[in-house]
Amino acid sequence: MSLIDSLPRRKAFSSEVDAGSREENASKQKSAAPFRSHRNGSSSSAPKLPKVDGLIPWVVPLAIVLVWQLACVTGYVPSRVLPAPTDVAVAGWKLLLSGELVRNIWVSFWRASIGFLIGGGIGFAFGLANGLSQLSAKLTDTTLQMVRNIPHLALIPLVILWFGIDESAKLFLVALGVFFPIYLNTLHGIRTVDPQLIEMGRIYGMTDGELFRRVIFPGALPSIFVGLRFALGIMWLTLIVAETIAASSGLGYMAMQAREFMLIDVVVLSILIYALLGKLADSASRALERLTLSWHPAFQKK
Amino acid sequence: MQEALRFETAEAEPVDRTEIVVKARQLRRVPEGAARGLSLTIRGLRKAFGDNEVLRSIDLHIPAGQFVAIVGRSGCGKSTLLRLIAGLDAPTAGSIAFGEQPRAQDVRVMFQEPRLLPWARVLSNVEVGLGRERSSADAQARAERALVEVGLGDKRTQWPSVLSGGQKQRVALARALVSQPRVLAFDEPLGALDALTRISMQQLLERVWRDQGFTAILVTHDVAEAVALADRVLVIEDGRIAEDVAVDLPRPRRRGSAELAALEGEILKHLLEGSEDSL
Repeated sequence: MSLIDSLPRRKAFSSEVDAGSREENASKQKSAAPFRSHRNGSSSSAPKLPKVDGLIPWVVPLAIVLVWQLACVTGYVPSRVLPAPTDVAVAGWKLLLSGELVRNIWVSFWRASIGFLIGGGIGFAFGLANGLSQLSAKLTDTTLQMVRNIPHLALIPLVILWFGIDESAKLFLVALGVFFPIYLNTLHGIRTVDPQLIEMGRIYGMTDGELFRRVIFPGALPSIFVGLRFALGIMWLTLIVAETIAASSGLGYMAMQAREFMLIDVVVLSILIYALLGKLADSASRALERLTLSWHPAFQKK
Repeated sequence: MQEALRFETAEAEPVDRTEIVVKARQLRRVPEGAARGLSLTIRGLRKAFGDNEVLRSIDLHIPAGQFVAIVGRSGCGKSTLLRLIAGLDAPTAGSIAFGEQPRAQDVRVMFQEPRLLPWARVLSNVEVGLGRERSSADAQARAERALVEVGLGDKRTQWPSVLSGGQKQRVALARALVSQPRVLAFDEPLGALDALTRISMQQLLERVWRDQGFTAILVTHDVAEAVALADRVLVIEDGRIAEDVAVDLPRPRRRGSAELAALEGEILKHLLEGSEDSL
């Protein structure tokens, strides 16, 4: 039955497409023709899709904030335990006006980036050296692997004794924290470059410098980026801990100070800022990845 | 039909060997640019990996501009021979001498894998083939010419990852050709391609060889491919040249013709007999 039913409809649809003049006639059939309605639907919603796609990652965080706000407003969660998002925003606004917030974020950001540059730079240098030179690897790799297994945060007491609660203590800890992910992934990246490509490069007369620039480094880059993203996570983690334990400025200090005065909204604010800074660092490294790895099938537009 | 076959065994006297060379030279229809090829003489070549002697004793002369195919069962040492000729490995004993001292860019190899740099666009990949002349002013123009020659002129700004297997192999061919080599060694370059792509690639190889007149050495496990393309087919068995067959058929050769089939059958028969012996 349904087959017989669909036949005349199909006919009407095709004639409508071919001629297109019998508008009245066609409009009668429109509601009955499944093809037509389907096509209309998809064509009107298709251009909107990319925008919606970009917002999807933020649906869950927004929903959490919304539920949080509701829970606070209804009194399900007492404000002593967790202040409402609006209260946190107000606290943030006040700190912003006093200039305290910007100053503390800047101090933390400065510590994070300097520590990251020092530790990441040394880790990258060791990764390159040990990946490219057997001698260097034999000399230092065992030592580095032993040091790697010491949790760097366990050194905090020692670091405080050495450096006090000075800037250098925080920089040292951050540098130590980011050193290993960068070192290990750079080394791994260089060791796993396709040997067939290296042989190809040699056959085609590349000098050592050229071989590094054109074959080894680009080949190791995806792995180096993995290390970079790990290191960025560790960078914030280390800084938070270091600033919470011993500091006289910075986000962690701001949170500890607020705890002293029972300013729970400021405590929550600093935690949220850490989350946003972490996301920012991750987005930056992803953007860099897209820029430099555009050749990689995983980063090509579909 | 049988006249097309000239079997010479490896055990033949050295004196006979030079005769073969002369015959091979006479048989060959010399292409225009033949002067560009390099001749190749191999004497007493051995190669051992530890206790495993892969090549026992190879004596071979390849005249300039000849297209030689090397066939044999897997593990017979044919790829090792090619790697020695290309200078990728050092022989255990013996010598390989070219007609004149080749520059680095005179000897090029094409592998079974395209070995393209995934992070370089097609044109840059071809430029790699220029070797030390990469930085010269006309590098890009030469690379583009080589790409056009293999029919991929419109792909020069693509990433290798978007190309098909056959196209990648054509880029690799352009990279090998761009320095205008005088000896080009192919290590089963078409082994990973589907049947139809293989045939069009074979025609492409034959065309560029005729155009450029380099000495071509093709290692393959496909006897049909060997007889379709080569002037001369070497059968390697147990690290020795077991047979040296001149393919005296006019070009362009029609695939599937009776002469090619007969020649292929003859060589295959020999190869299969050999495998039965060893079982």
